[in-house]
Amino acid sequence: MRISTFFYSIRQGFRNIFRNKSFSLASIATMTACLFMLGVVVCITLNAQEAVKTAEQGVSVTVYFNEGTSDERIAAIGDDIGRRVEVSHTDFISADQAWDSFKTEYLGEFSDGFTENPLANSMHYEIYLSDVSMQSSLVTYLQSIPEVRKVNQSKVVADFFSGFDSLVGYISLGMIVILLLVTIFLISNTVTVGISVRKEEINIMKYIGATDFFVRAPYVVEGIIIGAVGAGLPLIALYYLYINVTEFLTAKFSVIFNFMEFLPVDVIMKQLIPISFAIGIGIGFLGSFVTVRKHLKV
Amino acid sequence: MPDIKKKRKKVKNTDDIIFLDHVSKEYDDGTGAPALNDVSVRIGPGEFVFIVGDSGSGKSTLIKLLLRELTATEGTVNVLGYNLNKIRHRMIPKFRRKIGIVFQDFRLLKDRNVYENVAFAQRIIQVPSKEMKKNVPAVLASVGLAGKYKVRTKSLSGGEQQRVAIARALVNEPTLLLCDEPTGNLDPVNTREIMKLLNDINQAGTTVVVVTHNRDIVNEMQKRVITLKKGVIISDEEEGAYIDED
Repeated sequence: MRISTFFYSIRQGFRNIFRNKSFSLASIATMTACLFMLGVVVCITLNAQEAVKTAEQGVSVTVYFNEGTSDERIAAIGDDIGRRVEVSHTDFISADQAWDSFKTEYLGEFSDGFTENPLANSMHYEIYLSDVSMQSSLVTYLQSIPEVRKVNQSKVVADFFSGFDSLVGYISLGMIVILLLVTIFLISNTVTVGISVRKEEINIMKYIGATDFFVRAPYVVEGIIIGAVGAGLPLIALYYLYINVTEFLTAKFSVIFNFMEFLPVDVIMKQLIPISFAIGIGIGFLGSFVTVRKHLKV
Repeated sequence: MPDIKKKRKKVKNTDDIIFLDHVSKEYDDGTGAPALNDVSVRIGPGEFVFIVGDSGSGKSTLIKLLLRELTATEGTVNVLGYNLNKIRHRMIPKFRRKIGIVFQDFRLLKDRNVYENVAFAQRIIQVPSKEMKKNVPAVLASVGLAGKYKVRTKSLSGGEQQRVAIARALVNEPTLLLCDEPTGNLDPVNTREIMKLLNDINQAGTTVVVVTHNRDIVNEMQKRVITLKKGVIISDEEEGAYIDED
């Protein structure tokens, strides 16, 4: 292929877009609408998953030790626990810290009557999980340590979060798959219709001796450009919309959003940009490639 | 009905521009009747030939076979030395570039101007832009459209559009010009002008094959006339005339 043919195909691809304004606009609008919807669902899903994850991180397992366990041994056990895959981080609460906390929370000025620490044997680790679904395996491990006297776990909460996390995952996946299929169907239909109306033009080119590549290349370029524009527009819209909506919600419902934070827009965009462009450009390319091929048999 | 599958002796002639040897074409439309039945014809270099016949006579099928849009069910179709029964798919564009083709409905790229329509044929064979800028105006001038190369084809008259189509067919200097009802959409004045143009092209050495059912131009021009009826050649005459079938 000559370099001039390559640039000719690119040029014709751009020209085709302006020559067939209504088709180009219809394709871009369809693609923008579909990818925007998909983007909204992805934003909601990512934030929902993040909220569940944040809540999960508040779930902890408390482990108490037998009387007389040395500080060194407790520290060594703490290190072992901290290295486990189920564990996000651990907090060591000494007997004094436990008593101070108890006094502040429950006794106030009435604590003066105590001369010794009644919680002398209550040093413990608060163990925070990286994934609540792994709580039971951690508990089994903790209970197998001879120096461990007692393990406190909130099984119901952990099970709830674990189940809820899966539910959010399945619903999101289902919605994204359905939207993705609708998007692919609508966009490829628009591309197909747009190219089919130019069947005669393709026939003419073939009759006068154009190769399949020569006929196809401008349409493929056109499909890719429409795909890229159709993917870029919803991303721009989502970027600004996301910033404004999250700011608005955080300000308006500050009570709720004290407990959870929206993901930053750049994290969302990092996920959305490849998805959107892959779908837009992919369908633009494949749609035009396949549709033109149907009309090349002249 | 003759047996179209009967084996026949094949004849070779590499000098012919078009050589059909016992060609038959059947469509898979369930009718069973062949569109062309045992057609043999030779057209040599520099000839001007009319192919005439009523609707359903097989004219369109013949043109499609010559363009390799269809393949023969039986027999050999040889055009410009290419055996179209055996030609590879990727060689078809190369073959078609050696043929100029003119249709009844012009088949121009409607959203492009006159220059772009003609230049398109040159782009396909990758003529450098510099040469293209010389060739296209020259061929447009030869068909009487020197001043119209920037005009959109849809704003041209029927006669002018057909001239653009002829210019596009000629710009790559084909050995063979195939015209499928080139005057079918034209008034008598434009019809005469287009036929005169085709005659001039033939005089310059190009083989011209015109499929038509316009008896006036056929009778007037006194060229070789091949008459088809129900897929069979019923006459092939030098300086012939349109045969009335009624």
